[in-house]
Amino acid sequence: MPGSEQQGIRALGGWLRGPWKKPSVLPGFGPTLGYTIFYLSLVVLIPLAALLWRPAELGLSGMIAEVTAPRVLAALRLSFGTALIAACINAVFGLIVAWVLVRYDFPFKRIIDAAVDLPFALPTAVAGIALTALYAPNGWIGQLLEPWGLKVAFTPLGIAVALTFIGLPFVVRTVEPVLQDLDNEIEEAAASLGATRLQTFTRVLLPAILPALLTGFALSFARAVGEYGSVIFIAGNMPMKSEIAPLLIVIKLEQFNYAGAAAIAVVMLSASFAMLLVINIIQRWAQRWGQ
Amino acid sequence: MNKARDLARDSITEPRWVRVTLTLVALTFLVLFLVLPLASVFTEALRQGVLAYARSVVEPDALAAIRLTLTVAAIAVPVNVLFGLTASWCIAKFEFRFKALLITLIDLPFSVSPVISGLVYVLLFGAQGLFGKFLMAHGIQIIFHVSALVLATIFVTFPFVARELIPLMQEQGTDEEEAATVLGASGLQTFFRVTLPNVKWGLLYGVLLCNARAMGEFGAVSVVSGHIRGMTNTMPLHVEILYNEYNFVGAFAVASLLALLALVTLVMKSLVEWRFGDELATGGRRH
Repeated sequence: MPGSEQQGIRALGGWLRGPWKKPSVLPGFGPTLGYTIFYLSLVVLIPLAALLWRPAELGLSGMIAEVTAPRVLAALRLSFGTALIAACINAVFGLIVAWVLVRYDFPFKRIIDAAVDLPFALPTAVAGIALTALYAPNGWIGQLLEPWGLKVAFTPLGIAVALTFIGLPFVVRTVEPVLQDLDNEIEEAAASLGATRLQTFTRVLLPAILPALLTGFALSFARAVGEYGSVIFIAGNMPMKSEIAPLLIVIKLEQFNYAGAAAIAVVMLSASFAMLLVINIIQRWAQRWGQ
Repeated sequence: MNKARDLARDSITEPRWVRVTLTLVALTFLVLFLVLPLASVFTEALRQGVLAYARSVVEPDALAAIRLTLTVAAIAVPVNVLFGLTASWCIAKFEFRFKALLITLIDLPFSVSPVISGLVYVLLFGAQGLFGKFLMAHGIQIIFHVSALVLATIFVTFPFVARELIPLMQEQGTDEEEAATVLGASGLQTFFRVTLPNVKWGLLYGVLLCNARAMGEFGAVSVVSGHIRGMTNTMPLHVEILYNEYNFVGAFAVASLLALLALVTLVMKSLVEWRFGDELATGGRRH
């Protein structure tokens, strides 16, 4: 994904100039490319195209009316809002986790490092019911919060908790390799020039890891916006209050309102493609910054 | 000498209290978000004893769900392995235009919400979908049938194997394959004797992640399944049904099987990383 647009522009220039494939002695280019494009179209591209065709029958004004209905707007606001909160939590704590895992030594570090990937491996429905059991008023954490009047399960706060869980590995896994590759000498230079440790961190280290941190933030945000399985158990799913956009798509489908469901899907899909673009721009900017 | 080294190290690390505080914050965060949820799955599953647990696991509907989940994964994973190998051969071993675009398109399913992944197939094959009338006229059912579960699962696990193999095969270059070809090996011989042995650990890594997602997928299959007990209920969907019926022991018992699957996946993935890390792609491993 990194710099794919740059490559794309360069590719376009080359294509205008000469042949579109470099000669090679290896066999099998034609059949493998053909199969790749065929399978990609069949499984991904044609189904996604069907998504655009459906709301088209509503017309532009019909589609706008569909996605600006109060219930839809509330769901979109909730999905994007809680995803943003979760991504912020993950950016802060993900950075601390990555820092501690790379820089400090403590027992069982390797196992803890491996455990960070749990949200990728644990099915979302399992995560959903487990978090609900934890944060319900009689759960392990819920009963600690109850005396403080803090309700997590069945409120938007619970949604943010579930989204934090599923987005947790993104920031850690994007920041970790950058921290590992950082040269000690830069920090030593900063220290020998009289910078305090905090100054070295904010002026020397943070700028170097910022692109990776932003990428991790964007990835965890993008994942959280579309998340369904882990959220629906803990959310309570009250219309206008704790009903996320993917759930509203499911509800519209169950009412056989295909066009309405597809209209919400198009809005969400456009948002995630915009995020993809932002991630690309961050990475391109990071590459230029690194040079 | 030692003192000088200590001084040099002190200049690039934090005071002890900062290190301890940060470590404690990180560990508390991980315990809160990783350890406790996992522990609660097993505690809730065993709340009424081992007997109730065992009974929920061998109950006919649960067994049917397990069988269905295994079937769906057994179809979706090999299909995506075949695609991953084919796509990575043409992308990594050849230079051609629009390669970057092709890679971006292969990654596409990762940025699509699971619910939307299921929705697209309903829009195509559902009763009011694009091909709905045609399918109905010919008596073919896809939505609310196992084939839709397979399709949706293939969609969400589509990029896993390919995105693991493409960077790995790009790093390895084409020298060995070219040598084999020049020495008279056929294309298939080159692939099976040279390329495949070089990428076997990367392939296993991709298969592990692909399989975990295939067995655990919820959103996409939930949209297309119709939730017919014993027929189109995969394990994650069965968990949901039991949970909504307030059969918590049953729900968490089936969930604990899925959690075990996740743990086994994590252990095997870590073993591959630790032992054969240099035979995996170095690029960002995010999914």
